[in-house]
Amino acid sequence: MNATVQKINRRGFLKAGAATAGGLMLGFHLPESSQLRAQDAASDAKLNAFVHVGADDTVTLYLHKSEMGQGVVTSLSQLLGEELECDWNKIRTQFAGVDPAYGPLMGTFGSMSIRTTWEPLRRAGASAREMLMQAAAQKWGVDSSRCRAENNAVINTATNERLSYGSLAEAAAKLPVPGKVALKDPKQFHLIGTSPKRLDTAQKVCGKAEFGIDVRRPGALYAVVARCPVFGGKVASFDATKAKAVPGVKQVVQISSGVAILADNTWSAMEGRRALQIQFDEGPTANSSSATIRKMFADLAEKPGAVARKQGDAPAALSGAAKKIEAVYEAPYLAHAPMEPMNCTADVRPDSCEVWASTQIQTAAHGTAVKITGLPPDKVKVHTTFLGGGFGRRGGDDFVREAVEISKAAGVPVKLTWSREDDIQHDLYRPASYSRYAAGLDAEGWPIAWTTRISCPAFGGIKDGVSRTAVEGVEDMQYSIANVLVDYHDADTGVPVTFWRSVGYSQNTFFVESFLDELAAAGGKDPLELRRRLLQKSPRLLAVLNLAAEKAGWGTPSPAGRTRGIGINNNIGSFTAQIAEVSVTGGKLRVHRVVCAVDCGHVVNPHIIEQQLQSGIVYGLSAALKGAITIDRGRVQQQNFNQYDVLRIDEMPVVEVHIVPSQEAPGGIGEATTPGTAPAIANAIFAATGKRIRQLPIRAQDLA
Amino acid sequence: MATIKFTLNGKPQAVDVVPQMPLLWVLRDTLGMTGTKFGCGMALCGACTVHINGQPIRSCSMPISGVANKRVTTIEGLSSDNSHPVQRAWIEEDVPQCGYCQSGQIMTAAGLLAKTANPTDADIDEAMHGNVCRCGTYQSIRKAVHLAARYMAAANGKVPTQASNGNALKTAQGGAQ
Repeated sequence: MNATVQKINRRGFLKAGAATAGGLMLGFHLPESSQLRAQDAASDAKLNAFVHVGADDTVTLYLHKSEMGQGVVTSLSQLLGEELECDWNKIRTQFAGVDPAYGPLMGTFGSMSIRTTWEPLRRAGASAREMLMQAAAQKWGVDSSRCRAENNAVINTATNERLSYGSLAEAAAKLPVPGKVALKDPKQFHLIGTSPKRLDTAQKVCGKAEFGIDVRRPGALYAVVARCPVFGGKVASFDATKAKAVPGVKQVVQISSGVAILADNTWSAMEGRRALQIQFDEGPTANSSSATIRKMFADLAEKPGAVARKQGDAPAALSGAAKKIEAVYEAPYLAHAPMEPMNCTADVRPDSCEVWASTQIQTAAHGTAVKITGLPPDKVKVHTTFLGGGFGRRGGDDFVREAVEISKAAGVPVKLTWSREDDIQHDLYRPASYSRYAAGLDAEGWPIAWTTRISCPAFGGIKDGVSRTAVEGVEDMQYSIANVLVDYHDADTGVPVTFWRSVGYSQNTFFVESFLDELAAAGGKDPLELRRRLLQKSPRLLAVLNLAAEKAGWGTPSPAGRTRGIGINNNIGSFTAQIAEVSVTGGKLRVHRVVCAVDCGHVVNPHIIEQQLQSGIVYGLSAALKGAITIDRGRVQQQNFNQYDVLRIDEMPVVEVHIVPSQEAPGGIGEATTPGTAPAIANAIFAATGKRIRQLPIRAQDLA
Repeated sequence: MATIKFTLNGKPQAVDVVPQMPLLWVLRDTLGMTGTKFGCGMALCGACTVHINGQPIRSCSMPISGVANKRVTTIEGLSSDNSHPVQRAWIEEDVPQCGYCQSGQIMTAAGLLAKTANPTDADIDEAMHGNVCRCGTYQSIRKAVHLAARYMAAANGKVPTQASNGNALKTAQGGAQ
C-alpha cells in the first residue's frame, strides 16, 4: 500500500470537523478491508483521517473509526504517536466527520481497525515528525540530520536545545510533505507493544463520555416508534387521540416503519406509545415460528446444496470408512443487545440535515439521510459519538432512517430512543443455523472424510449459491482431512439478519470443534492429540493450541470435580485456542476458568488485547449458556433481559490470556475469542457427563 | 404535574413533572444529566444506578415522587475530579471498554464499599450481579473493587490486615472459586 499524506487547508479542516485552524494539519487515507485487499491505489486520494499538531502542543488524531469499547482511540493513537514521538499525555482524539469523498464505505467492522491502519497511521506520524524536524532545523540553521524528535519536541543533538512541537507547528505547516519517509524498525518501538492508559477511560468513569443517546439539541423532541411486532408487517390504521392526551406528548406522525410519538421527554413518549391505538397488517410471515423455521432448515438439509468446499471424494471415502459418525448441530437466532439501546438524533431542515448517531457505518448513515431528505450529499452531516457497544448491530441504518424520517415529518429536531424491548424484538439477528455433519474414520480411528451441509439464512450476498457469512468456519476449516465436502442452502425465513460478533464463525466454530471432539471420542483419541495431528499444516494455530494446552495443564489432573474442553479458531487474521475448565454438579454448570492463547501478529497494546479476548469470551458465554431468540406467530418472544439474559459477574470465570510474540502483520482481535468459547465449554461438559451438546444454548436437560 | 423537591448531588433541586415519571428520565431529559444511563427500563441491568440516601437503586424504576425530600447522588456527584476511590481504581485498572454500563457499575461498587469496607469476591458478586456489562469487564471490575477498598482503607489510615490483603491480591490475579 502506498499511503499518501497531504497537507490540509482550512477547507480540509472543516471537513474533518476541526474546531480550530492553524497549526500543522495532515490528511491521509485509511483504507477499508476491501481496499486493503485490492491494494487500491486510487483510494489514496480520498483523505479520511487527519492529524493536527496545535500551537498548544497537543496532537489530535481525527479518525473515522468508531470507538465501541475495542480501544481504537488508544491503539490507533499508539500507531501515530510511535512515529510522531508524541508525549502520550498530549494526544487527543476526535471522531472525524463523514464526507462523500471518503469513499464508498466508511465504518468499523470485521475487526479491521488495526489491520487497515497499521502502516498508514505510522506513515502519517512519520511525515509529521519529519516536517517538524525540518522546521526546527531551519530555525537553528542546521541540517535536519542534526535533529531528533522525542516526547513532543525536536532536540538539536549538537546543542541539546529543544523546541516543542507546538512552537514548530506553524512553521512546519509551510513545508512540503516529504515524499517518502522511513518507518522505524520494530526493535525501536517504545509505544507500540506497550499498554499506556486508555485515552477514553477518564471520561467513562464520570459520566462525561457522550454516547448517541446522550446527545441534546436545542428544541429537540424525544421520540419512540410503535412498530408492527411481526417482521414484514405494516401499520393498518391508528388513532392518536389517546396518545396525544398523555401529558408531554406533542406530535404523532407516521413513518415507514411505524408510528412515531414525539414528546418533551422520552418517558412521556413511551407513555404515549402505550396509549396509542394501532392496528397492524401482519403480513406473510405472521404464522411462522421457531418450529416452522427449523422444519424449513431440516427439509432443505435433506438435499444436496450449493458446494462451498470440495476436496477429494468425501461421499466415497465416507461409504468406505471403517467407522461413520453423524450428527445434527443447531444454533438459534441471537440478538446483539448492546448496553446502549438504538437511538439517533436528527435535525432535518429545508436546506440541511444533521445526524448524531452511535453508528458503525457512517457512510450508511449519511447515504440514508441523503436519500430521505433529498438534499445534496454535502448538506448532510453525520456526527459520530461514542458507541455503547456495537457487536455488528450498529452497522444497521434502521435507527438513523427512523430519526431522519421523524424529524422530516415533524419539522423539529428529534432524539429517537428505542426501548430495550424494541431492541430485542426489532434487531437484525444473528441467523439461526441447522447443519448436518458426517465423518468417516479409518481403521486406526483417524478421520478420512468430512461432510457438512448447512441450512442458514444468507446475508451480505451470495456467490455461486453460497453465502460466505453462513459457511465461514467450516469452508475454511484448518484441519487436514483428505476428503471434505461442504454444501449450503439459503433459507428465507422473514427474520431480518445481519453481522453478529464473529459472524458465521459464531455458529460454525461451535459445530466444527464439537464434531471434531466427537471424532476423537469415536476414534479413541485424546482431543488435543487429534487436533495436533490434523494441524500440521497450520503452524500458527498449532502453536496457540500447544500454548493453551500447556498453560491449562492439559494431560495433568484437573482440580477435583472439574473437566476440560478445547475450542480453537482462526478468523480475522488471528489464531486462538481456548481451554475451558468446568464442573457439572447436580445438574448445575459452572465455568471456572478459561485459558486462552492468541497469535494476533504484531501486538500494539497487550492490555487492550487481553480486554478484547476476555470480552469475546464473555460474549460467547452469554450465547452458549443463555442466548436464544425464538419466534412465535411471526414475532420474537423475548422482550428484555429477564427473557434474554446475559452473563453476570457471579458467573464470570477466571480468564487467563497468553499472547504469542509475533512479527507477523497484525490480525484482528475484537471477534477472535467469541467462536471458540461455546465448543470449549460443551466439550468440557462432555468430558464431565458423556453427553454431547449439539444445540445452543446449553439447556438444563443437557446437564442432567 | 407536581413540584418535587429533593437534594441532587448535594444541592437543592426542584422539578415540575408528572409524579410517576421515573427518576432516570427526570435526570436525563428534564435536567440534562446524561451520565446516568438507560439500559432496560425494568431494573434488570443496573445501567441507571444512582444512590438515594446513600443506597444504590435503579432510577429507571423509581418514580420521581419517591425521591421527594431525599438525597440523590448520581455519577456526576460522586466526585468533581474523578477522585473518588472507586473512580481512581477504575482508572488504574482501565476497566471501561465501551463504557456505557460503567456509571451504574461504579455507583453500585461505591454503595457496596460504603457498607462493606473489604469485600470478598462473593460480596462483590452478590452486590453487582444486577449490573450487566456486555463488553465483559467483570474480571477487571472485581480487581478494581478490591483496589478501591485498599484506597479507601489507606485514606482512612487503616492498613488492611495481612489476611484480607492476601485475599485481595489473590483475587486480583484471578483466584475466584
